[in-house]
Amino acid sequence: MKHFTLDTDKDGIALITFDSPKRSMNVLSQDVISEIGEWVAKITEDESIKGAVITSGKKAFCAGANLEELGGQFESVFTEIAKDEQAGKSKLFDMVFRLNAVFRNLETCGKPVACAINGLALGGGFELALACHARFAASDDPKLRLGFPEVMVGLLPGAGGTQRVPRMIGLMNAAPLLLQAKNIKAKEAVSMGLVNAAVPQSELIGAAKAWVLENPKAKQPWDADKFRFPGGDPWTAQGFPMFAGAPVMVRKESYGNYPAMPNILKAVYEGCQVPMDAALRIETRYFCKLLQSRKTQNMIRSLFISKQAIDKGGARPASQKPGAINKIGVIGAGFMGAGVAYVSAMAGIEVVLIDRDQEGADKGKALTEKEQAKRVKRGKQSQEKMDAILARITATTDYALLSDVDLVVEAVFENSDLKAKITKMAEDVIPKTAVFGSNTSTIPISDLAKASSRAENFIGIHFFSPVHKMALVEIIKGKETSEYAISRALDFATRIKKTPIVVEGTRGFYANRCVMRYINEGYNMLSEGVKPTLIEQGARMAGMPVGPLSLQDEVAIDLGYKILQQTKADLGNHYVEGKMDPIITAMIEKHDRQGRKNGKGFYDYNGREKSLWPELGQFAIDGILENQPSASEVKDRILYAQSIEAARTMAEGIISDPREADLGSIFGWGFAPYTGGAISFIDMVGIAKFVERADELRSAYGEQFEVPSLLREMGASGETMYGRFGKPKHTQASLSKMLEVDVVKLANAMGIDAKVSDLKADTIAKILAAR
Amino acid sequence: MTTAYIYDAIRTPRGKGKKNGSLHEITALSLASQQLEALAERNDLDTSKVDDVILGCVHQIKGQGADIARSAVITANWDEACAGLSINRFCASGLEAVNIAAAKVMSGMSDMVVGGGVESLSRIPMGSDGGAMGVDPSIAFDHHIIPQGISADLIATKYGFSRDDCDAYAVESQKRTATSWEEGRFAKSIVPVKDQMGVNILSTDEHMRPGTDMQSLGSLNPSFTAMGQMMPGFDFVALQKYPEIETINHVHHAGNSSGIVDGASMVLVGSEQAGKDQNLTPRARIRSFAEIGSEPTIMLTGPEFVAAKALKKAGMTVDDIDLWEINEAFASVVLRAMQAMDIPHEKMNVNGGAIAMGHPLGATGAMIIGTMVDELERTNKKTALITLCVGGGMGSAIIIERV
Repeated sequence: MKHFTLDTDKDGIALITFDSPKRSMNVLSQDVISEIGEWVAKITEDESIKGAVITSGKKAFCAGANLEELGGQFESVFTEIAKDEQAGKSKLFDMVFRLNAVFRNLETCGKPVACAINGLALGGGFELALACHARFAASDDPKLRLGFPEVMVGLLPGAGGTQRVPRMIGLMNAAPLLLQAKNIKAKEAVSMGLVNAAVPQSELIGAAKAWVLENPKAKQPWDADKFRFPGGDPWTAQGFPMFAGAPVMVRKESYGNYPAMPNILKAVYEGCQVPMDAALRIETRYFCKLLQSRKTQNMIRSLFISKQAIDKGGARPASQKPGAINKIGVIGAGFMGAGVAYVSAMAGIEVVLIDRDQEGADKGKALTEKEQAKRVKRGKQSQEKMDAILARITATTDYALLSDVDLVVEAVFENSDLKAKITKMAEDVIPKTAVFGSNTSTIPISDLAKASSRAENFIGIHFFSPVHKMALVEIIKGKETSEYAISRALDFATRIKKTPIVVEGTRGFYANRCVMRYINEGYNMLSEGVKPTLIEQGARMAGMPVGPLSLQDEVAIDLGYKILQQTKADLGNHYVEGKMDPIITAMIEKHDRQGRKNGKGFYDYNGREKSLWPELGQFAIDGILENQPSASEVKDRILYAQSIEAARTMAEGIISDPREADLGSIFGWGFAPYTGGAISFIDMVGIAKFVERADELRSAYGEQFEVPSLLREMGASGETMYGRFGKPKHTQASLSKMLEVDVVKLANAMGIDAKVSDLKADTIAKILAAR
Repeated sequence: MTTAYIYDAIRTPRGKGKKNGSLHEITALSLASQQLEALAERNDLDTSKVDDVILGCVHQIKGQGADIARSAVITANWDEACAGLSINRFCASGLEAVNIAAAKVMSGMSDMVVGGGVESLSRIPMGSDGGAMGVDPSIAFDHHIIPQGISADLIATKYGFSRDDCDAYAVESQKRTATSWEEGRFAKSIVPVKDQMGVNILSTDEHMRPGTDMQSLGSLNPSFTAMGQMMPGFDFVALQKYPEIETINHVHHAGNSSGIVDGASMVLVGSEQAGKDQNLTPRARIRSFAEIGSEPTIMLTGPEFVAAKALKKAGMTVDDIDLWEINEAFASVVLRAMQAMDIPHEKMNVNGGAIAMGHPLGATGAMIIGTMVDELERTNKKTALITLCVGGGMGSAIIIERV
């Protein structure tokens, strides 16, 4: 065995240590599953072995399955399913059920098995522990968490998690773990009844071994004849209301958009009524259904694989290498600047926070103090750590302190003259290698760069508000911005744990341009006489976190009014009035409804409660429609309006990588995460169908649904957004890891002449060259 | 096709469906078999000539399980040649039993069949039979299933019936019921329930509150607010299907919804020849009947659709119906049906209904057919349409004509 060692002590207890070579984390790969099968057989058959304790040789216990491997592994089966559904699906079941079968053999091996959970155990790692007869968790590892992240990427805990957890703690207690991916610490796991005891790491193995010696006839409770489902199964007076309530609560939160949730509910409901062996088969079937779901596939791609890659600086130009960011300057200590200073100091960066006067600078620093104090009060942070973070921020008016910064973030008012002045003042002091980043959200970067003496080092770093909560950062390129500057901006963004995407510096950049289309479509529907409630609920049903009218209230209607006036002034005679213009004008000029900030906008605000302003019907030009559109019509308008704009930005080259466009849409403005993002949505519908539907919407509602001609061409030729714009999937490293026969197949599929008898390296070189 | 006639229709008084209800001491089997005994005696029936007894019963478990219809036939000492069938179409089960009885007669495959129903809610409360609909996520989650009370409030919200509208309807129902009892309009069909010794234990409906007015109803709290808005939040499930509605107005409470009661009912259906053979005089002819499925989340809008279907089968229009009986499951159900079909209140539920007298689920459908047979005779009117809203989004209806 490569991944496990097995040492039997004098009492006949086998200590099985999980320690995969050359990896920082134990994961459940196909090899690992095979080896678990081997040692399970060994402890079952070897009479000298009386019981077993399972632990890990690493700091963490096991992080679960490798999602990247998981995705790739089943692709060939999906092709088979397309050809022969019955045979293909049976094969998929067999592949997935392997792990369940191995774990089931473990818990029915007839000998006591305890798990010594010495650190983090997630997903399949947690499920391995649950398949043991007893669990002991380290009480002194602050990073120890137990949980199931699967639902976050559209999957279910597929190695017995949906069956064993409810059988241990009942449906209601299991729900937050299974459906909300709640992580628990060792002590909480003990009080919930999932772990026998939490003991210090030094005593962990001893405690587990002692349990094994004391329980020679260990058997899982659900394999006992008189097993009763905790909290009652669906057909008991106690259980019925819980099983009736669970689907309701899940729908309320998810709007039925996330495929994993109902499938988890189904696996639990159906599984709890049959013995464990049948229950595990049911679970595996629902897992296989999810694997084949496009939503799940998109969620895994965007929310896991792309997210990990982009968070590591995946948008970095090939010519550049990552570098360190140790000190930055933040100019402008308003809400945005203060936020940038806060997240930077949290990440260990020295910050010089500059404002016009000392009072302003101090006020900016106070945000960090306030937010940190909250964390200390909640026990999430120590006072020492807070003090260290605060000490990293120097609030000042003195530009001379910028002399050794790696990067500057300018976050002053949106005024070109002011920004130009500040650029000069900073560039007089900062090192020549330092990058100057403007946090503008509206002014084209190339215009601002005119004030710079080093335009190649001038870039936009567009944060979203509030900075410490919003994950996205747009790195905005000007005409002269160098790849070095992009790379440095990415160094900064990755250091402060943001998701950075690289965007061209045109008006609205990427995210704001698309989100404007979302808000506009709300105005359009209001003007056309769609009931405001239907607009808002339809948007939430489409997967948006808040409706367009609600969002407009949050960003403030008067801001929209100001932008409208500015755009009118800028465009002069070329300005074409939109359906939103009379509404926004009346809201501000006639009704003084500015949004949440003055307690009245599209909603009336009463403390934490809000309700739609009853007078909104006045904005329907021909009155509220007698025949209201269906919810699906509203949902389509909402999603298509945004996706079409996202496609336009790609067609125009504003953003080049569909992964970044997808992540930007989800983390920038909350585009329906279950779709995988605004670009994945187009591929999920299929471009030809997408164009067809967009054309219908255009003829019904207007030019905002006109697709870029590129999309029309791609639809006709059967292309996909990811196929055309996606980065090559295979790298030198990934190809080298593949079996030679698969590399040859891939090459042949690309039209490259290659044989197994060729050198693998040559074939790989040919593939990479062809890309 | 053979014409099916109604020869007789009887019912028990309705007992409060609680432990202190008068019929709680009487088994469902006894309720049903006493009705069969009375039906045989009143009509001097040769029960060997009755092909089948079909009983609606929603909760077919415990004392109501294992085919309560056949159990009642045997217990009532009917001829063993008469079969028994128990069916469940939720609230319309009793009416559906009569429809199936009629269908058997009309097809010529049976000559005389009893359709009726029985339900002891005091012993076997609502929901006792479990069922996948509310708990299996494959239907509950995927298809927006909500409890009936939320659906009734959704109807009120969607079609604009206020709390006052519903309360006013309820007050009128109590008033009409009281008048009907005072004038003895139910006398023909009420068969008192006897206790174990044979002494009458209940002779009148005991759920009625004749003095009910707007003020007394005004003090009642809505019944479905907590489960709708808080735990588990059924309103949100409904609104995800009806997103044009901002919030559901919870207007229904114990006083404007049907009462929970125990009871049983029987309708004797047969061909003309079968009646003659037993020296019976037909009281009404069955013109048509129908069943329908409708949108399951709002669930209780079936009456308008099933009425239209039954009218079409009979070649009739709304105006051809002299009297309407739509089960008062919830005030909004009847108000919506009247609104949708433009039926004046003067023709609707003229003798009151389940808001006053109660709704013994499986038995109600056959009970209100009997009410209409009596009322057509009393008022010399010709036609009546009887229908009920049904769980899961359905409707059953029958059109009868006095002969």
